[in-house]
Amino acid sequence: MNNKYMLTVEDVSKTYDGFKAITDLTFYLFEGELRTVIGPNGAGKSTFFDLITGRAKPDKGKIEFGFDTDLTTMNEYEINRLGVGRKFQTPSVFTEHTVFNNIVLSLKGSRGVFASIFTRLSSTDRDRIDELLKLIRLDGKRDWKAGQLAHGEKQWLEIGMLLAQDPKILLVDEPAAGMTDEETHRTGELLISLAGKHSIIVIEHDMTFVKQIARDGQVTVLHQGSVLCEGKFDAVQSNPKVREVYLGRGKSNK
Amino acid sequence: MSTLSTRHKVELIAASAIGLFFIVIFPLLNAHGMVSNFTINLWGKYLCYALLAISVDLLWGYTGLLSLGQALFFSFGGYMMGMYLMRMIGDLGQYHKPIPDFLVFLGWTELPKFWKPFASFPFAASMIFLLPGLLALVFGFLAFRSRIKGVYFSILTQALTYGASLMFFRNDMLMGGNNGFTDFKFILGHDLREASTQRGLFIVTAIVLLLVYASLRLLSHTKFGLVQRAIRDGENRVLFSGYATAHFKLFIFVVAALIASIGGALYVPQVGIINPSEMTPDKSLEAVVWCAVGGRGTLVGPIIGAISINSLKSWASRAAPDYWLVILGGLFVVVVLLLPGGIVSIPARLKSLWQRVTRQPSA
Repeated sequence: MNNKYMLTVEDVSKTYDGFKAITDLTFYLFEGELRTVIGPNGAGKSTFFDLITGRAKPDKGKIEFGFDTDLTTMNEYEINRLGVGRKFQTPSVFTEHTVFNNIVLSLKGSRGVFASIFTRLSSTDRDRIDELLKLIRLDGKRDWKAGQLAHGEKQWLEIGMLLAQDPKILLVDEPAAGMTDEETHRTGELLISLAGKHSIIVIEHDMTFVKQIARDGQVTVLHQGSVLCEGKFDAVQSNPKVREVYLGRGKSNK
Repeated sequence: MSTLSTRHKVELIAASAIGLFFIVIFPLLNAHGMVSNFTINLWGKYLCYALLAISVDLLWGYTGLLSLGQALFFSFGGYMMGMYLMRMIGDLGQYHKPIPDFLVFLGWTELPKFWKPFASFPFAASMIFLLPGLLALVFGFLAFRSRIKGVYFSILTQALTYGASLMFFRNDMLMGGNNGFTDFKFILGHDLREASTQRGLFIVTAIVLLLVYASLRLLSHTKFGLVQRAIRDGENRVLFSGYATAHFKLFIFVVAALIASIGGALYVPQVGIINPSEMTPDKSLEAVVWCAVGGRGTLVGPIIGAISINSLKSWASRAAPDYWLVILGGLFVVVVLLLPGGIVSIPARLKSLWQRVTRQPSA
């Protein structure tokens, strides 16, 4: 792994009506890395993604894409166009559109009003869509309305939509939620195969899944809006501080 | 997205056939005395309302923006046309002065500056597009930039039209006050009281409606159409997919305003009057009801809704004038509760019902 930063988050804080969601958070993501972020409820994981994607603005601190692109002054679609894709916790797909058209809308390319009226799908676009549909195993359901898909399939569709954007950074919020064990495992394999080409941050609760995708990569533990510790999965799991806050059996065991 | 499905082919053929009927056959029947002048005039009015209903649906049914102020743009188009028609009266008014009667009544002896260019039809026609277009552009820009959504957007649009109606009710606006404009005589040199002029206006209205329908049908098949409906179903996902949703909404808002405005401009010479009561909030609400009853999120729905409810209104205002609002309200409640897809969803409903009935014995 080379040491080029894809994302720099330094001393970032964010409060909502006096509630400190994120406090002096510092976080670096390297190019091609697959990073797993865990933390108890309310640790600030989703706010962390909101800050990176422009949905929320930090009160202070620095958020940069690559080396010097300041993300704090940009809005959601500008950040997305730079190459930051986000998958939401609850699958968010266009329920009234077909699976195929969901991918069409996500496909990398112009995003302007007039371009959308006059451009047509090229054959390369169609090939790319076919390829993606096979990858997310929804090839046979391309003409289904996305709203008719099972929960797990929606999750996959959203991952497919993310990949269609060909982002440099993928932010994936609880991809395994609502999936069967087998689906979860396949999702893990998919994410692992994507690392290297993309830099990925995965927020997850399911520890089996975290173990699967973390392998010997870094795991970041968030607690009360800051990084509690960072390290390999085994080291993090046996860290007493993590056990205390995350597994919720700290004080009573002491 | 690219190839037309059979359903769309059927729709296209049906639309062409109905279009042909209204543009050619109906006026021919009128010319030969088989359709009365009253009827063709009435239908001309319905078709103008259909344009207003389409503009509501474009925002509400397709983009998820419930505008309660579309009648404002309809009225603006009507007023712009009205100003031209007032100028065309010349000195044939009650006071036989070269300026509109209401200005004489207000003590004016000369035409106010802003009235002067309206003697030119091309100028008036361009104002029919420019004024509502600009208003929609500015209002939409401010509203969408501040991310005003849902009921807040509805309330704001309603406030806008209400505010405008209060302004137009004032005499010192020099726009005719609460009487508005009426007693029109000529349009492009044709006498408005002649049956042939009214027939011509009807044909123009039918052609405009068909063109609007066809272009919106094409638009809905482009990626733009996909984005539009995606905004309705999940704006966040669209935003996080790199689309500036505010730009898309602004574009649609302006297009909808223009469609409503053209509808209003064609309405005024056929109905013979325009006044500020056309832009009060309840007019906009009525258009929303047409849309809901016909079937929102479709292009034929609002047309069917506008025509059927207004036919019903014409009938009720003779048969049971006191109960019209009760009937309208009742109809809206019934549709929302029992037929959320509106009139256009009836065939599909019957089909699924029929399938259930026919399948029962074998099961």
